[in-house]
Amino acid sequence: MRSSARTINFTLNGRSVSVNVQPHHNVVEMLQAQFALFGARESCGQGLCGCCTVLVDGRPLSGCLYLAVFLDGTEVVTVESLAPTGKLDPVQQAFIECGAFQCGYCTPGFVLMTKALLEQTSDPDDEQIRDHLSGNLCRCGAYPEIVNAVKLAARKSKAGSTG
Amino acid sequence: MKAIKPQVGHQVGRSLPRLEAREKVTGRAEYTHLMQLPGMLQAKILRSTVAHGRIKSIDTTDAKKIPGVFGVYTSDDIQTVIPDPYYGPAFHDQPILAIGKVHFVGEPVAAVLAADPHIAEQATQRIIAEYEELPAIFDEVEAAENKVLVHEELKPAGTFADLKHLKGRKGTNIALDFRLRRGDVDKGFASAAHVFEHTFRTQKVLHLALEPYASIADYREDGVTIYSGAQSPSFVRTEIARLLSWPENRVRVKVPYLGGGYGGKLYIKMEALAVALSMLARRPVKVALTMEEQFYTITKHPSTFRIKSGIDKDGKIIARKCEVWWNGGAYADVGPRLTQKSGFTASGPYDIDNVSIDSYALYTNLTPAGALRGFGIPQLVWAYESHTDMIARALKRDPVDFRKQNLLHDGRPQATGTILKNAAIEKVLDRIAERLNWKKPFDRGQGVVRRGRGLAVALKAVISPTTSVAVVNIAADGSATLYCSTVDMGQGSDTAMAQMVGEVLDMPAESVRVVPRDTDVTPYDMGTLGSRSLFHMGHAVRLAAEEARDKIAALRRELGEPEGSNAPLGDLFRKKYGMQAGNIVGTGIYKPDYIPPDSSGLTTNATPFWMVAGSGVELEVDTETGHVRITRLINVADVGKPINPKIVETQLSGASLMQLGFSMFEKMHVDGGQITNASLADYKIPAIHDVPPVMENMTVDAVQDNGPFGAKGVGELATFGVSPAIANAIDDAIGVRLTELPMTAEAVLRGLYVKNNRPLGDD
Repeated sequence: MRSSARTINFTLNGRSVSVNVQPHHNVVEMLQAQFALFGARESCGQGLCGCCTVLVDGRPLSGCLYLAVFLDGTEVVTVESLAPTGKLDPVQQAFIECGAFQCGYCTPGFVLMTKALLEQTSDPDDEQIRDHLSGNLCRCGAYPEIVNAVKLAARKSKAGSTG
Repeated sequence: MKAIKPQVGHQVGRSLPRLEAREKVTGRAEYTHLMQLPGMLQAKILRSTVAHGRIKSIDTTDAKKIPGVFGVYTSDDIQTVIPDPYYGPAFHDQPILAIGKVHFVGEPVAAVLAADPHIAEQATQRIIAEYEELPAIFDEVEAAENKVLVHEELKPAGTFADLKHLKGRKGTNIALDFRLRRGDVDKGFASAAHVFEHTFRTQKVLHLALEPYASIADYREDGVTIYSGAQSPSFVRTEIARLLSWPENRVRVKVPYLGGGYGGKLYIKMEALAVALSMLARRPVKVALTMEEQFYTITKHPSTFRIKSGIDKDGKIIARKCEVWWNGGAYADVGPRLTQKSGFTASGPYDIDNVSIDSYALYTNLTPAGALRGFGIPQLVWAYESHTDMIARALKRDPVDFRKQNLLHDGRPQATGTILKNAAIEKVLDRIAERLNWKKPFDRGQGVVRRGRGLAVALKAVISPTTSVAVVNIAADGSATLYCSTVDMGQGSDTAMAQMVGEVLDMPAESVRVVPRDTDVTPYDMGTLGSRSLFHMGHAVRLAAEEARDKIAALRRELGEPEGSNAPLGDLFRKKYGMQAGNIVGTGIYKPDYIPPDSSGLTTNATPFWMVAGSGVELEVDTETGHVRITRLINVADVGKPINPKIVETQLSGASLMQLGFSMFEKMHVDGGQITNASLADYKIPAIHDVPPVMENMTVDAVQDNGPFGAKGVGELATFGVSPAIANAIDDAIGVRLTELPMTAEAVLRGLYVKNNRPLGDD
């Protein structure tokens, strides 16, 4: 497999990074191999399950389809950035309190999608939540608890920002 | 001076969040699929393109030439390190790589190793395998005719004494037939006022865990370490030790968290291949499958169930005949066990004097089938609860009243002859009916959209006999650590076990450390399967904690502490050893009593506990499109006394949603043995929009007398009743009876056309 590596520069969880990537490597492979970040993980490999979700310039993307070279010049956020000092993000806290996961494999994707939703809409209703999360799959079927967690996270985030 | 210990309070019954919750929401929880070892090679697999064929040749020349390829291997290579490379829990019938013949599309034929998985993948495409195709068999009922044989000879494992008679049997696809005869079913039919017979089928579906199968093996001369997403680490250890002719203590199996299991990751899957390749390469080897490859690994059993019931003039079921064919695919996996154990309750939760059950495990040329959240029970309930409803409707009986008239009650013998105990079947049924307001009039609608409601109840005998062992270790500062091999794959077992330790030792469950599964450290457990762990391992954990507690009490006495003293544990250790040193270790072993069935399938002790659950459904059917919208899903279960009520509720909810997918749309489409929808793009699983707007998950007030703290297993329960409850509700809405899963809009619409005497063609 002959290929020419390319150097890209981007911001990863708030830090400037520079890395050589192969043109065929996707974002998940790059994050795992070069930064030992495993929160975004490949499952279906088709961009249909959301386990590989990362935020690129604030937008959720499927890291299993998005090529690493496309990240040049962007701002990338992974689940690992949400609790930088060990204190959990309100979204993470809400997922725990609502029991919004079982095996946990899909959870980072749902957490990041929820972060992105609450950035746009501070008080989403059930329909908005479901529409926003319709591209994320949870085989354990924790969906009802996930919807509750998003609503609790909205309340927590509001309380946090006003108080 | 008398130390006052704070009152900790009960740990059992707390809705404690999962102990590993923080790891999971931060993306830090460990899964095998994500693990890396220094010097590790990645394996990619060449899979069979034909359903049944003799391997004429495998040419690996070109593949080996690709730069970066470490090696290319076939069964010839495997047999240089493992001469007899056949494995399996019930039959030793599955080769690590195909030997001589392939038996299903997708069977591993060759493997490539490379440091870069892209290179390994590319190399598999350069291997040329040629086959002489043989006739293949796909249907379970046709397979029973033995016109096409999947295997020349049956090879039962020595593990199960009751399979020994099958050893070397030739000319058959029947891996096991279970037979139960109670009373005289023919006499029953002869004296019946009404006789009903129906046939039901279920389709091929799969677990589809979001963490696909993954195993890593690191082979050294003195031992092998295996990291695996496995539900039964102890079994993996035993089986690998057998394949290598090694003592068990040279095989170490470490299991981190599982990204879903649902029965798929039981027994042995990728482990043997990873070990063999690591032996050949002398490097750590990772076999991590893609989503697509899961379709070629293990599935649920498709089934055909012919059920016949005789009803007397008063509406009592007096005879029931059950014939079940289980489509086990190309290798037995645990199918024979499933065939027998589910056979125990194939006649349902009813009190019937004359029962005949024949349950057949069949080999076919399809992806092997194994356990999937219910161990065969959902397939049986689909049939017997649809059948029961059809009888009630034909006799113009209320479906709840008809069930209540025939239900089994505690103190009565179940079909096997085992007396029913702690099985709250009627309570479960009553609660579902109550939540559905069954006695009140129900608006079925007038126009295009019609409404219906339905319910179903089920009974399962938990698998027996199985053994669990646990160790509780108290450190010198008084903190407790639990060692057990139960695998937490999302069901919350680590949390529940910690709660039991905390309950016995009077300490917060959060403070109990649960050691991740590691067969060098955590003792034997039969496997995390069949909703057995909370009961069996729960007992072992309870016993281990009690032994530790008793040893602490003995130490207090030895040290001359006054009766009733509650000096902190750390003080005791310091007093005894002069410093913070020492341990107190408690062990617990649990194995319930069991009497194997006799030649008529009868036994007075079939199971240590009965599992009981049911579901109720309200739905809408669009009569122009056949689209079904489930508006309400109620799941009710008898779990004894819940250890963690919140986790129980989410287990019920999650199990029912999984079964909703199996009921409404999931299906592996097979064409000439080829799976034509082997990806998430073409095989849909339930997503957030598929969740019914109203869901209720609840337990009935019950106690399992012989359970740990009155509890029993949960994981599979809410899968049981969902499919027939939906079918019964569809019938209630539009008078169309579906007898085959999944219940797609097309199937409903076709049913409507048939009902209106305008059947649609196949185009």
